[in-house]
Amino acid sequence: MDLELDALSVVTDGRALVRDLSLQVADGQVVGLVGPNGSGKSTALRCVYRALRPTSGVVRVGGDDLSRLTMRQSSRAVAALTQDGTVDLDFTVEEVVALGRTPHLRGNQPLGRRERELCERAMRRMDVHHLARRGVLTLSGGERQRVLVARAMVQEPRVLVLDEPTNHLDIRHQVELLSLLRGSGLTVLVVLHDLNLAAAACDRLAVLSQGRLVATGTPKDILTAELVREVFGVDADVVPHPLTGDPQLLYSLSPSPSPAPPNGRAASCP
Amino acid sequence: MSPPATTPPSEAVDGVDGSAPDGPTHPAGPADARGRPGSRTGTALTCALLAVLLAVSVLLAIGMGSAVIAPGDTARYLWAALSGGRIAADEVTAYQIVWQIRTPRVLLAALVGAGLSAVGVAVQAMVRNALADPFVLGVSSGASVGAVAVTVTGGLAALGVHAMSVGAFVGALAASLLVYAAAAGRGGLSPLRLVLTGVAMSLGFQALMSVIVYLAPDSEATSTVLYWTMGSFGAATWGALPVVTAVVLLGVVLLHRRSRVLDVMALGDETAASLGVDPDRHRKELLVVASLVTGAMVATSGAIGFVGLVVPHLVRMAVGAGHARVLAVAPLAGAVFMVWADLVSRTLVAPRELPLGVITALVGVPVFILLMRRRAYLFGGG
Repeated sequence: MDLELDALSVVTDGRALVRDLSLQVADGQVVGLVGPNGSGKSTALRCVYRALRPTSGVVRVGGDDLSRLTMRQSSRAVAALTQDGTVDLDFTVEEVVALGRTPHLRGNQPLGRRERELCERAMRRMDVHHLARRGVLTLSGGERQRVLVARAMVQEPRVLVLDEPTNHLDIRHQVELLSLLRGSGLTVLVVLHDLNLAAAACDRLAVLSQGRLVATGTPKDILTAELVREVFGVDADVVPHPLTGDPQLLYSLSPSPSPAPPNGRAASCP
Repeated sequence: MSPPATTPPSEAVDGVDGSAPDGPTHPAGPADARGRPGSRTGTALTCALLAVLLAVSVLLAIGMGSAVIAPGDTARYLWAALSGGRIAADEVTAYQIVWQIRTPRVLLAALVGAGLSAVGVAVQAMVRNALADPFVLGVSSGASVGAVAVTVTGGLAALGVHAMSVGAFVGALAASLLVYAAAAGRGGLSPLRLVLTGVAMSLGFQALMSVIVYLAPDSEATSTVLYWTMGSFGAATWGALPVVTAVVLLGVVLLHRRSRVLDVMALGDETAASLGVDPDRHRKELLVVASLVTGAMVATSGAIGFVGLVVPHLVRMAVGAGHARVLAVAPLAGAVFMVWADLVSRTLVAPRELPLGVITALVGVPVFILLMRRRAYLFGGG
């Protein structure tokens, strides 16, 4: 099921957070949304999982305009891992995961046998199965994050959007989560801060800056030193990954952060 | 339970499942030490026990008071009243005490205890605040203003003895509407704004009430205020009971039917939206239910504090956070608690009555603090 953002704009208090953003995510593709803080990544995602209504433009899932579906209908197709990962009450891990079935259940209808197995599998996949009876508020940030991913999975979505899913995760679980996304067969739109992980995990990257899409394409095509300098204001050497060939960024920490040199790094060498 | 031998092929979750699903299933380690009765049968059993306890408590509470009547006699009188049986002439006084005075009072106590507890659970989840109780949205102070206004102005005189209750109910609903109107904005109905508006409005209503009392020509207004802010079941009659019963029971059922919605709302508005639950719409609906139920209760018995704040927490400590369980257990627990609190309030310094709010606080606070210190209880990561 493909996901399409069509001329999406979000304006609040006269400030354009997202401007005329058009982006396609083909069925089964993993697209990474990258950009500096405040570039509108999360805002764009919020329109996809319907926490926010776009000022103009349309989000389509499988060709259907989301705004024409009820929230319940769209939540059967689109699951989200939001940044607002707080849980007020001390539910057990299995309770939180089971809440992922909400879009498929009427009222307080209990989970069926297949649904309970689905939850078990998702917890095992996210390596939180041993925590099933623990209260979520007693978990570490990374453990809780994995519980929330498991919850999004039992929703059985066709499209998965994730807002910085690797937050709080140790490196092993970061790699595992992104591998899982790659192999899931789901259509995935994911906001990532780590450009190296993004390059490794995503079929395509979309680069946002000040609410606008400034580049989109395969990581190899768009992750260049020029773009990184221009968009992120950081000097980086881009080298191919020795095994996969994905572009990887090596950052050099300058003693005092200064604006990027006008002619690139090569110019500074004699 | 062992992993199923044949797993259905490739659910949406099963992308790259290379690892065999062979982990131990729910190891009963120290993680389980809190031992929540999470199962449905466990909840049913807890509810059944509480229901029996409630029935016994009601029977005992009806028998006790300035004239003590044995539980056997109490049951006999109640049966006589219900089945239209006969009572010996020398028992008429005792019968009247039981049936006309104490029974409606004890039943009202049970109902209000149940209602306050259920509404407390819902309001805490709805505004995402552990300190919230049914009165946080200005309902009680609005009711007091309504009641005092009726007393002072002599309005609604056509309604006779019910005038003050009706005034309180109208005041409660008006307060809720005002809070809602002031809190609702472009960004929807944010939980924090709802609480802050409710608290601010409550202070405003209290000021208004003080002005009315200060300017009132008689002192009746003062005692009305005291009655409404401390709460009492002293005015319970059979006449008012059917309405309160209907509203409270309907409210509890409606709230319980929203258990999963309340669960989802506790995950935050963003996540709720992604799970197909419109947080603003549900917050509005819950606000309406909570206001009506609380308004009806306050109109009959005043604003009895503490129960709606503490019983939800106590029940969560006992059965976990899931609202299907909490909203099944809390009304029964609240009813039992309130029946005993009322009994203490009317027997401790008999023939005088202690205000109910005093009892609920004196009993509840130490219990609450003790439990909170003994068990790891978490709300909102705090």
